[in-house]
Amino acid sequence: MSNEKIQAGLDKYNASVEKATAKFPERPNLPEQRLYTPLDIKDTDYADEIGFPGMYPYTRGVQPTMYRGRFWTMRMYAGFSTAAESNKRYRYLIESGATGLSCAFDLPTQIGYDSDDPISEGEVGKVGVAIDSLADMEVLFDQIDLGKVSTSMTINAPASVLLSMYIAVAEKQGVPADQLKGTIQNDILKEYAARGTYIFPPRPSMRLITNIFEYCSKNVPKWNTISISGYHIREAGSTASQEIAFTIADGIAYCEAAIKAGLHIDDFAGRLSFFWNAHNNVLEEVAKFRASRRVWAKVMKERFHAEKPKSMMLRVHTQTAGSMLTAQQPNNNIIRVALQTAAAVMGGTQSLHTNSRDEALALPTEESVMIALRTQQIVAYESGLADVIDPLAGSYYVEALTNKIEKEAWEYIKKIDEIGGAVAAIEKGYIQKEIQDSAYKWQMDVESGAKTIVGVNKFQIEEEPPKGLLKVDASVGVAQCKRLADMKAKRDNDAVKSALADLKKACQDENENLMPHILNAVRTYATLGEICGVMREVFGEYEAHVNL
Amino acid sequence: MAKVRVLVAKPGLDGHDRGAKVVARALRDAGFEVIYTGLRQTPEQIAEAALQEDVNVVAMSILSGAHPHLFPKVVNLIREKGMDDVLIIGGGVIPETDIPALKEAGIAEVFTPGTPTGDIVDFIKANVK
Amino acid sequence: MDIVEELLKGNRLALSRAITAIENEYDEAMDIMKKLYPHTGHAFVLGITGPPGAGKSTLTDKLARAYRAQGKTVGIIAIDPTSPFTGGAILGDRIRMNGLTMDEGVFIRSMGTRGSLGGLSHKTADAVKAMDAFGKDIIFVETVGVGQSEVDIVKAADTTMVVLIPGMGDDIQAIKAGILEIGDVFTINKADHDGADKLVREMNMMLDLDGLMTDWRPPIQKVIASQNEGITETIENIEKHFKYISENGILTKRRTERSKNEMLDVLHSNIGSYITNKLVETGKMDEYVEQIKARETDPYTVVSNVMKDMLK
Repeated sequence: MSNEKIQAGLDKYNASVEKATAKFPERPNLPEQRLYTPLDIKDTDYADEIGFPGMYPYTRGVQPTMYRGRFWTMRMYAGFSTAAESNKRYRYLIESGATGLSCAFDLPTQIGYDSDDPISEGEVGKVGVAIDSLADMEVLFDQIDLGKVSTSMTINAPASVLLSMYIAVAEKQGVPADQLKGTIQNDILKEYAARGTYIFPPRPSMRLITNIFEYCSKNVPKWNTISISGYHIREAGSTASQEIAFTIADGIAYCEAAIKAGLHIDDFAGRLSFFWNAHNNVLEEVAKFRASRRVWAKVMKERFHAEKPKSMMLRVHTQTAGSMLTAQQPNNNIIRVALQTAAAVMGGTQSLHTNSRDEALALPTEESVMIALRTQQIVAYESGLADVIDPLAGSYYVEALTNKIEKEAWEYIKKIDEIGGAVAAIEKGYIQKEIQDSAYKWQMDVESGAKTIVGVNKFQIEEEPPKGLLKVDASVGVAQCKRLADMKAKRDNDAVKSALADLKKACQDENENLMPHILNAVRTYATLGEICGVMREVFGEYEAHVNL
Repeated sequence: MAKVRVLVAKPGLDGHDRGAKVVARALRDAGFEVIYTGLRQTPEQIAEAALQEDVNVVAMSILSGAHPHLFPKVVNLIREKGMDDVLIIGGGVIPETDIPALKEAGIAEVFTPGTPTGDIVDFIKANVK
Repeated sequence: MDIVEELLKGNRLALSRAITAIENEYDEAMDIMKKLYPHTGHAFVLGITGPPGAGKSTLTDKLARAYRAQGKTVGIIAIDPTSPFTGGAILGDRIRMNGLTMDEGVFIRSMGTRGSLGGLSHKTADAVKAMDAFGKDIIFVETVGVGQSEVDIVKAADTTMVVLIPGMGDDIQAIKAGILEIGDVFTINKADHDGADKLVREMNMMLDLDGLMTDWRPPIQKVIASQNEGITETIENIEKHFKYISENGILTKRRTERSKNEMLDVLHSNIGSYITNKLVETGKMDEYVEQIKARETDPYTVVSNVMKDMLK
């Protein structure tokens, strides 16, 4: 059928629509176009823009066989209370068929404070596990073979310290560092922009990150040294296009910093990974995943002149959207998560965490976590969505939407380049403001009814308060502080002191890679708070910029 | 000429300020004067800022689960400063079962996820002194 | 609580409540000010102004810390615009000074412009006096943007600092007339950004062309407030200016002028509201408005008659 014939048909169709919409006006907040045809993708060159799985520009996926060989890694983010409690949950997950671990740390750990710091009061063990020193890390991975498991750690500002602890635990288990598999999030820019668990100002933070890139490329080659995260940008309220645009802009900033530090793009780019949100709008999300791979491939090839294919592949971990879980009628969240899972799988993710139904209320119970994991397994084994690669390719709508998201992403990247890159854009508050504006619009749409959230602004019912929520006992904090005090009494305090002094000196010398010094300090059982304290002294602390 | 002044604060360490920022804007659009203090505020800082700004309302948000400890602490510090008439409200990921104790401790109302910002505005208008 | 008595004893809540009374124009405000007035006149008042995004709050934070290190007590009044549509405001300066909150020697108060132009300068001046009577050594008045209302506000200051940043493009052309007039000291913040030197040259040129009426040439200091660079020099500039105006009788002149303005402000606002209230009470207001609307009379005649009636 020629384009002229299609156009003629479309004109006829549009004329008929006018009558229909006069009678049945359409809902608000829909895509502008109600129908997509071959005309919408007539300028999309299949070979250049869509291509084949495992081949540039990777629109259809980064591996040649995708899920036909192996499903995505089913990785459940978990961790709360003490290291011993979390260790139990990890072993339960592994026994239930989870194929990777994902550690959640409590807020004092994420911000580099020990459990006995006054600022940690009330927070110890709350949103994740409390780690004060190597001693806690040993308990956390007790009876888990670090040579076999792959571990993802959601840790950013003090990523260097937690990674060092992991390496040190592996040493004790007899597993050499070059066998370790896993990921540290290590993405400080999105902390400034969206997530808020920063410590140091941008400059020393970027140094720590490039130090890790360099150290790992030589010593821990299988480790993913960063997970450049759009997840939290989306959670903070951004749109799909903003999520990938701001994240890829962050990725560009990391590459530039590493290159400036003397690394070659192909030495580290293959170890960069990404982290996307799987949100409610299934088709938009699939298009987002596809567009993001295409944009990154072009960035790496055209901007950074990467040569290795691996450098151009956007490998991604995904988590279903926590902010879309509702406290109202929480069982409905199971359905939301199933749809989000479908989107992530049709989008071609490399690994996935599915949220539990009760997370808008509290930490998930074991039963809820099981349902969330089973959701992934049902999608994998029963739904057929994983049977062929990139099944939505060729959909007029999905391809057109992929093009649209890509275009919007490029516009943002260009704008950020003009401001002077992601670091400058964050310092100016530009990225934060864009996210806030989107978040406010979303909220106003929900409140006006322009956007419907089932159970929240439509189909509400009277509900009994939910029962059986998981609660972290306040005594956890007390117990953890005691563990810490006992550990400090037993360790060689002179060794700690000298390791910290050595670290301080290294911090003051910009040309020194800090990783070996941090690892040394960790081995002496210097605490996270002590190590970060030394760095705070030298580097100072970041002061947030808020423009409401 | 009196205007309702609201301190929007995030006690504790969590960095999830989407809700706090959306609420701050909604309160501004409702005609209030909003003082936003940002992340990682200690209860002492919040109480002192409330005093210096002589606010009518202190609105706090916590998503980390630290509310049973931090919310009552802020209430006590504000009352200790002699500000008996300040309306103190809270929000965030807060289990229903925790709410009675928080109210007992002096939190006038707790707003959980999904609350329209209009409800918060209405509550303040109805209860501010 | 007896606000005045407690305020003079150093009760911070009393200071806070006094400012609220001033801001909200409570009836007791006039009485409070009467009693506080004899205790004022000791503080040094520094006005800080400049376009939005110039980093005024961060700079205020650093300057305040530096003054605290000298052992001086500090009051800060930070003004943000009120939305003309909703009457609401985000008062966002405090967030950049969070580190000062727990310092007992510092008191920070955020104020919205609340849509009043003349009224704000009068309220700001009274808030400054409340802090002065409280015993603050230095009081910062930080305002947003530059415009006529700003000029009024800085009349309350002994020394006015204008903060600019590079890369404002044509903005500087638009505001230069205003800033040249009011700036005693200029600060180029974010001096590590491109264009800082160019801005300094432009400013110097403008000062050259201005044909200064006095022999005080406003110094221009490059600063990176976020990194605490240039703060010491800025304070030196402020102190030099203060010394200059003290020694040349300018300070006395300014303060005399200010006393006159204060009196006139109070006079205008009191007479204005006295007459307005009377007109409303007697129902004459609506009557006059209708007559003016119908072109039966005009505002000028009405006011002449009202003044004859009421102020004899």
